[in-house]
Amino acid sequence: MPFGKMGASTPITTDAIWNLLKQIPDPEVPAINIVELGVVRDVIFSEDGSGVEVVMTPTYSGCPAMKVMEDDVKEKLSAEGLEVKIKIIYKPAWTTDWMSEETKAKLKAYGISPPPKLTFEHLHPLSTVKNAEVMCPFCDSTNTTLTSQFGSTACKALHFCDSCHQPFELFKCH
Amino acid sequence: METNIALYKYCVRIADTSLILAQRMCEWCGHGPVLEEDIAMSNMGLDLIGQARGFYSYAAKLEGKGRTEDDIAYFRNEREFLNRCLVEQPNTDFAYTMMRSFLHGCLSYLQFRTLVKSKDDTIAGLSEKALKEMTYHVRHASEWIIRLGDGTDVSHQKIKSALENLWQFTDELFEMDEVDQTLIKSGIACDLSLLRAEWDQMVNEVLAKAKLVRPTAGGYQSKGGFNGAHTEHLGHLLSEMQYLPRAYPDAIW
Repeated sequence: MPFGKMGASTPITTDAIWNLLKQIPDPEVPAINIVELGVVRDVIFSEDGSGVEVVMTPTYSGCPAMKVMEDDVKEKLSAEGLEVKIKIIYKPAWTTDWMSEETKAKLKAYGISPPPKLTFEHLHPLSTVKNAEVMCPFCDSTNTTLTSQFGSTACKALHFCDSCHQPFELFKCH
Repeated sequence: METNIALYKYCVRIADTSLILAQRMCEWCGHGPVLEEDIAMSNMGLDLIGQARGFYSYAAKLEGKGRTEDDIAYFRNEREFLNRCLVEQPNTDFAYTMMRSFLHGCLSYLQFRTLVKSKDDTIAGLSEKALKEMTYHVRHASEWIIRLGDGTDVSHQKIKSALENLWQFTDELFEMDEVDQTLIKSGIACDLSLLRAEWDQMVNEVLAKAKLVRPTAGGYQSKGGFNGAHTEHLGHLLSEMQYLPRAYPDAIW
């Protein structure tokens, strides 16, 4: 059992580490935390329990928030007296399918349309299959139009609701 | 050829192609025809920089001389860059930019789709990530090509001119040498010649929808970018991209 700064009386469990990580918000979408986002893949203690390795995977190859998230993880866990190492893996590649329904509900409440389920249309660039219906996070109408596949961050697309006339962002299915 | 030397070169070729295209895409930042496209092009540039970083880091590790991804990107001259010549061609206008992204993107998409099954785990992992991004990039570019080609006389003329001028850099996308052969044998690299038919099919499909005529075979075709023989444009691009780290080699950011 690993031990943190409080010494032998309060061993830090893997669950406790995960709970600490859940306190770190996604720097670009602070409504959800980095565990809900799905970028934290594993937590591994070193043999003597003095250190912990956090295995992470980027959302997009060039996501500028990745460095911020790594720094946040280091800061959070170092404060517990742990030696922190970050390991970046690329496989399996991050997918929005890892997001739970609860997380998607949080995104919607925050004003971002949650990602639809990954289907074939997302997997082939020239697929002519109709895009999945995108729901406006404000009025729930599916009478919406794509403005741009690329939004304010790598993970979002711009849409417009033709019912309530609000522009909104869609967390892209990836 | 030794596998590790081949693998280093293979990764640098992929990374250089991504980085140079990224630099071109980012030149649009603040100059896009509309805000959404300005953002889109920087976004795609960012994806490409991310892909380049992954492959450079792996190349640096394979080389084992303590160099970093930045050392490889910023401290080599044009003859040492191994990107395909297509991606160094100037932006010229929006139509050129979309056509360049499309012609390169279709191959890049097919290549990463194959490399996902590479016997080299790092390459397979980086490719899985890149594949998803290239799917988006190709979709974006293909939609614009159709819109411009099947649009007004002016937009048709621009995209037609882009196609006809950039076509000379398409055979080069499929060029291979002993680096590829060595790695194909060990199940690491992908045989580009096997992707040609599907690339043709993708390109033909979009060109037909865009009411564009595919240039006839037999015209001049550029060669050798992947071994350092470049067009004049690369040197100018590098002089801008590498200025800061060359002028201030100890700068950190």
